Amino acid sequence: MKKKNAKKLLVYLVLTAMAIVVMFPIYYAFSTSTLTAAESYSYPPRFLPGWNIIENYVTAWQTINMGRLMLNSGFSALVVATGKICFSILAAFAFTYFGNFRGKFFFFGLILITHMLPLPVRILPTYELMKNFGWINTYYALTIPFFASATGTLLFRQLFMTVPTSLSDAARIDGAGPMRFLFSILLPLSKTNMGALFLIEFNFIWNEYLWPLIITTTNDMRVVQIGIKMLLASEAQAAEWNVIMAGTITAMIVPLIMLLIFQKTFMSGFSLKEDK
Amino acid sequence: MNSRFPNRILPYVLLSPSIVVVIVFLIIPTAQSIYTSFFRVSPFGDRRFFVGFENFSRLFESSAYLHSLIITLIFAALVVFIGLSLGTVIAVLLNQKLRGLSFYRTFFIWTYAISPAIAGTIWALMFNPSSGPIVYIIRSITGIGINWMTDRTIALVVVVIAASWKMLGYNIIFYLAGLQAIPEELLESASIDGASSVKKFFRITLPLLSPTTFFLLIMNMLYAFFDVFGLIDIMTKGGPGNATELLVYKLYRDGFLAMNTGFASAQSVVLFVFVAILTILQFKYTERKVFYG
Repeated sequence: MKKKNAKKLLVYLVLTAMAIVVMFPIYYAFSTSTLTAAESYSYPPRFLPGWNIIENYVTAWQTINMGRLMLNSGFSALVVATGKICFSILAAFAFTYFGNFRGKFFFFGLILITHMLPLPVRILPTYELMKNFGWINTYYALTIPFFASATGTLLFRQLFMTVPTSLSDAARIDGAGPMRFLFSILLPLSKTNMGALFLIEFNFIWNEYLWPLIITTTNDMRVVQIGIKMLLASEAQAAEWNVIMAGTITAMIVPLIMLLIFQKTFMSGFSLKEDK
Repeated sequence: MNSRFPNRILPYVLLSPSIVVVIVFLIIPTAQSIYTSFFRVSPFGDRRFFVGFENFSRLFESSAYLHSLIITLIFAALVVFIGLSLGTVIAVLLNQKLRGLSFYRTFFIWTYAISPAIAGTIWALMFNPSSGPIVYIIRSITGIGINWMTDRTIALVVVVIAASWKMLGYNIIFYLAGLQAIPEELLESASIDGASSVKKFFRITLPLLSPTTFFLLIMNMLYAFFDVFGLIDIMTKGGPGNATELLVYKLYRDGFLAMNTGFASAQSVVLFVFVAILTILQFKYTERKVFYG
């Protein structure tokens, strides 16, 4: 028994040490965001928080018009996450409940192929396309090109395939049409997966950098990630780390809160995918 | 097979939103990328000349491009190795049946919520040459002041650390999910037979995790090739010199800053070939043909 306790202690010790190493940058970023400018580049560095927190966050917020950037990021992420869920549920439903209609495998391949085409392999023509559509500096450009989702389609397809056929048989015998079946039977079963997918996609768009960098040019249409770049550029001379870190912490807070709130749904959504 | 609804038109209607988006925003632009890679385009885009494979031969004769290719491969190999080994070890420890570990779990997945750009900003602070805490600690111990803004090797090391750190949360999430699928009886019976923890880890856990490892290998490779753009743009802009100019950053520079359209398109095509190989490998070797984006 003694040996077992020693082993337990070792696990705790190793994990604690690793947690400190992994979390330290986040702690230090936060701590820096509470210092005055002079404290933030003092040597030796200051490891404890200070009292300048409110001033830094207000300065960061005002310097890059953070409210507007958060609105743009939040709105785009919400629209894309919702759009992807809707589009992929419809597609997954088509692939699972209508037999082998003509072109099924071609279309399936077409949706899967999105995985092979990350933005950099098509960046110049997509940018040209946005220019031709007149979509530069619009929410259309920030959202619509992302609506198709191979991940989502596969995720819901897998789920739908595990639904017992007796359910759809019963629905048909009762005279319910396919859409009625989708809305009243399949959607309620998909909640966990929707939650997991929503978190993944919200996070993905909130953290996207390259696309908003090239597709937006006005301060009104910039997003949070580009705000960090703007903050770094505006503070470059003096490198006021306290203000830069205040902006950085603000930018990460939304996805972080979502992750912490939806952690359970998120993790069970993942293990569900692994099981089936 | 699921029971079917007899309807000939509805499946096409249901598919049309996704298919339209895929064709308009993904397939057509990719085809154009490939097409343009065979042309030389004038800087203002008003004239183009067919040049065959000239863009590609220029690409592979360009020492800057070859350098970028090698740097990217080294970067990707390091990010994958660090991410997967640390990810496995931490996830296995977190998966022990001990009190309070769910509290730890919450902390270790935090970096999933952090973007590459934010990770870059935070690590630029950590390694800030004048007063960064890590620079300070290294100087206190060894007396050597490191500067990643001027030293090429250190610059690469720092972007590798930042990039692997950001991906750690993601890797741990998937390893934890993979560990759930390992039957406990297997590990218990091994214990009864007197197998040590280390032996159980290498003989049972690691082999059974291999589908997860393979999936994460591909995802981390894709991340290292494409998603780290923000991190590089914030931290080094490819510098010092071109020490951290990864392929995706070079593509952005040549295509958007130097307006060298044909040359940049050829780079896009090379990247496409790379992703295609990875995706085909994934399809071939993943039992459950599932992707998680």
